[in-house]
Amino acid sequence: MVVGLESWTLARPELFLAAVTALLLIYGVVRGETSTAFVSVSTSLALLVTAVLLFTPYREGTAFASLFIVDRLTTTMKALVLVGAAISILMSRAYFEQVKAWRFEYPLLVALATLGMMLMISANDLMALYVGLELQSLALYVVAAFQRDSVRSTEAGVKYFVLGSVASGMLLFGASLIYGFCGGTAFVEISRALLDGKGAEFGTIIGLVFVVAGLAFKVSAVPFHMWTPDVYEGAPTPVTALFAVAPKIAAMSLLVSVLMGPFKPMFVQWQQIIVVAAVLSMALGAFAALRQPNIKRLMAYSSIGNVGYILLGLASGSEKGIQSVVFYLAIYLVMTLGVFATILMMKRRNIMVESISDLAGLARSHPMMAFALLLFMFSLAGIPPLAGFWGKLYIFIAAVEAELYVPAVLGVLASVVASYYYMRIVKVMYFDEPAEALDQPVFGVNRVVAFAAAVIVAVFSLAPQPLSLVAAAAAKGLFP
Amino acid sequence: MSSWPILSLVTFLPLVGALFCLVVNGPKEAVDRNCRSVALVTSIVTFLISLLLWVRFDVTRPGFQFEEKLDWVPALGIGYHMGIDGISLFFVLLSTLLTPICILSSWEAVHVRVKEYMVAFLVLETFMVGMFCALDLALFYVFFEGVLIPMFLIIGVWGGARRVYAAFKFFLYTLLGSVLMLLAIITIYWQLGTTDLPTAMEQLNLPFIWQCWLWLAFFASFAVKVPMWPVHTWLPDAHVEAPTAGSVILAGVLLKMGGYGFLRLSIPLLPEATQYFAPLIFGLSVVAVIYTSLVALVQEDMKKLIAYSSVAHMGVVTIGAFILNIQGVQGSLFLMLSHGIVSAALFLCVGVVYDRMHTHEIAVFGGLVHRMPRYAFTFLLFTLASIGLPGLSGFVGEFLVLLGAFKANTWVATLATTGLILGAAYALWLYRQIIFGELTKDSLKAILDMNRREVAVFLPLVLLTVWMGIYPNSFLDPMAASVDKLVGDYQAAIKLARTAALP
Repeated sequence: MVVGLESWTLARPELFLAAVTALLLIYGVVRGETSTAFVSVSTSLALLVTAVLLFTPYREGTAFASLFIVDRLTTTMKALVLVGAAISILMSRAYFEQVKAWRFEYPLLVALATLGMMLMISANDLMALYVGLELQSLALYVVAAFQRDSVRSTEAGVKYFVLGSVASGMLLFGASLIYGFCGGTAFVEISRALLDGKGAEFGTIIGLVFVVAGLAFKVSAVPFHMWTPDVYEGAPTPVTALFAVAPKIAAMSLLVSVLMGPFKPMFVQWQQIIVVAAVLSMALGAFAALRQPNIKRLMAYSSIGNVGYILLGLASGSEKGIQSVVFYLAIYLVMTLGVFATILMMKRRNIMVESISDLAGLARSHPMMAFALLLFMFSLAGIPPLAGFWGKLYIFIAAVEAELYVPAVLGVLASVVASYYYMRIVKVMYFDEPAEALDQPVFGVNRVVAFAAAVIVAVFSLAPQPLSLVAAAAAKGLFP
Repeated sequence: MSSWPILSLVTFLPLVGALFCLVVNGPKEAVDRNCRSVALVTSIVTFLISLLLWVRFDVTRPGFQFEEKLDWVPALGIGYHMGIDGISLFFVLLSTLLTPICILSSWEAVHVRVKEYMVAFLVLETFMVGMFCALDLALFYVFFEGVLIPMFLIIGVWGGARRVYAAFKFFLYTLLGSVLMLLAIITIYWQLGTTDLPTAMEQLNLPFIWQCWLWLAFFASFAVKVPMWPVHTWLPDAHVEAPTAGSVILAGVLLKMGGYGFLRLSIPLLPEATQYFAPLIFGLSVVAVIYTSLVALVQEDMKKLIAYSSVAHMGVVTIGAFILNIQGVQGSLFLMLSHGIVSAALFLCVGVVYDRMHTHEIAVFGGLVHRMPRYAFTFLLFTLASIGLPGLSGFVGEFLVLLGAFKANTWVATLATTGLILGAAYALWLYRQIIFGELTKDSLKAILDMNRREVAVFLPLVLLTVWMGIYPNSFLDPMAASVDKLVGDYQAAIKLARTAALP
């Protein structure tokens, strides 16, 4: 395989990130624990620079003998992932210092995971897909268990590892079946084979089911969601924040490019799977969190519900549908980072707390923080004029246009049920008598992130147009 | 006409006031005082500007006036389109009138978290006014549903003992209805590629079965808001627990959003389904009128009694709206307007004694006329207006609706009339229990009559009630052209459908 210069220029952001990560790793190892602050900030900066590199200049095409593809969709998704990862690294410092796990490996592992995500987003071949996915997953398993003297964190890491490996196995099994029946691993070959009539064969369908199941695990769609609440609750909070955004966006992007790419000829077959997963995720995300006392666990169910809505957009299989997925993911990123920044500010007598009852009377002791969380909650519930409403609107437009009436009706009903638990947090903060007040948050990254996210959520309605144009441009790549 | 975007100004000025309130800082007393003043001044200025709408309103034009149109999300065909016609004009004025009254009435009653309270009311005003002005379905939905946020907080934070229950019930009931409406709006968008309401009124032409589904989706939303029997149960709870000003807005404006929604969306967009489902509306409304009047008779709580009476009155409103002749629709609009003022005033009356005794149980009161003559007079006036005494506002609306109903369907009219008789029974019973009789209860012996601030709160409402009763034409004239158009378009659409159905 001869790799031309073109390939290297297309993969420029990934190469940059890999190189910087390697250099910082050496620096960290040489300097030891004292280097943590520097490594952490540099990694975040490197991630943001990588995001800039995606667009300066923007190029499209395939590279490395078609293993790697760059288009508007992958670039947009990578940008979201990079921003999410960079911010969640910055948000982690206070927490890790507190639990005495402030080590330089953390930002580097996140950077490696992000590299994996970028590779899987750009995968144009089942092999490349798997390599990217595993690079991401392996780094994330370690990150989940990063607070190594905490039983819950370790448990979360092990659980994530075992279940994640099963999912990877399923994916690999599905991929091998597809290879066997279609005679190739490259997406173009698969697509061609399916168009030639291989799609009707039993083996391909089984293979498709296994691939979708493996990816559904990664996005934590029902019925492959079981790991999510435990891992979200057990992992250190900054890690949970990361899990809720970056890997989810990456895996969703992968699901989109696999299903809308090589497997597009099998739309009829996979649409059923996705619709069922979407409806079940929305329902479970709504009902399971109703009596949840822990806010991290609640956010886990909330993210399962959100994935349900995104899958509904994907299930429509139309250009609008993919636009709605991108649009929703961008808003979801802002809301989720905002919520977790707020959770990271929940401290009492210098100890992190995470149950909803700890928020009692927050509106009186911390009016700004309570107001920000109120905005996020109404936004997650999809109440206009906040940002979350637009995401849901877009998704339901796509669903109705694809004539998915019943799932759409079930979806809006689930959103009403889900609004109950979002409102319960508002109730605890605003209606209940104050519990022992939380500490006054010190000025730091988390406050900035929460504030910025709250402002975006609040004023998004003024101009939803730019984001919808970005989403439209991203989706266009899949519909030449 | 005017180049000034008056509607946007009226809509968003309260929001500016809310921002001012938010940045006020300092010692608690100063903050409270400043926020009250900022809120009052903002809302009064808003009201004065909104009066310009009435002054400049061209009563001969049936279409939309003061239109403003901007691109908002062109990618989705959503525009920022505002405008009012004879149907919405007075709802805008009602909202802008009641907000300063609410703020003035809670001047002393609310003393915890005053800043947040004022912000919530100003934001609420923006959403209410915006909803009545919106001429784009998505914009309409944004305002319609946005109302939930401040109202949820007003009930939940400043409400009574069971406020959490009431706030959640209110929120979930209304949300459940609204999300179905959202799907209906999306379906219309899918058909037309735009959410512009005037375009939809002209071009939307759906098959009958589709109309029925969409109509039911809209119905789910508006029926909860009106509220119609049997989805009215959130209203008594919300009223009893809400603070006085919350009840005033709830009864005065929020209930009208349902009736307005029927007239603005359901009837013009889905005429055939409207005709098909009109008997359903009549049935539910008649049940509401009679059943809730009977329920009101046995209430022990003043606010609950007035809440049930609201359900009964709104039943008459929905009958009028769906009779779909000119008297019916005009009566329905007028009755909504009158009810907006009268029931708001009745809740304020409850608020006056609540501020003194901190209860609204009927049994606690009695013989107030001996200590509170001014209060007794005010309460009497609004009780009679609520019953529909000729010369006061309630009469005109009820009379027009019943007149329209008799033309169209004698049975509906007869049954609705019995409800009005029951209405007189419970309203007068309430008045007798509270005001008349001997002043025997020790707790009441030192009660004070209304002070100047309270008189100032009631004065505009008293004047309006009498004005509307004596010279209703000031209000009916601006409505006439738009109502004619609504009824005319509806009948034309029905006729067209009928000829199309013939072989």
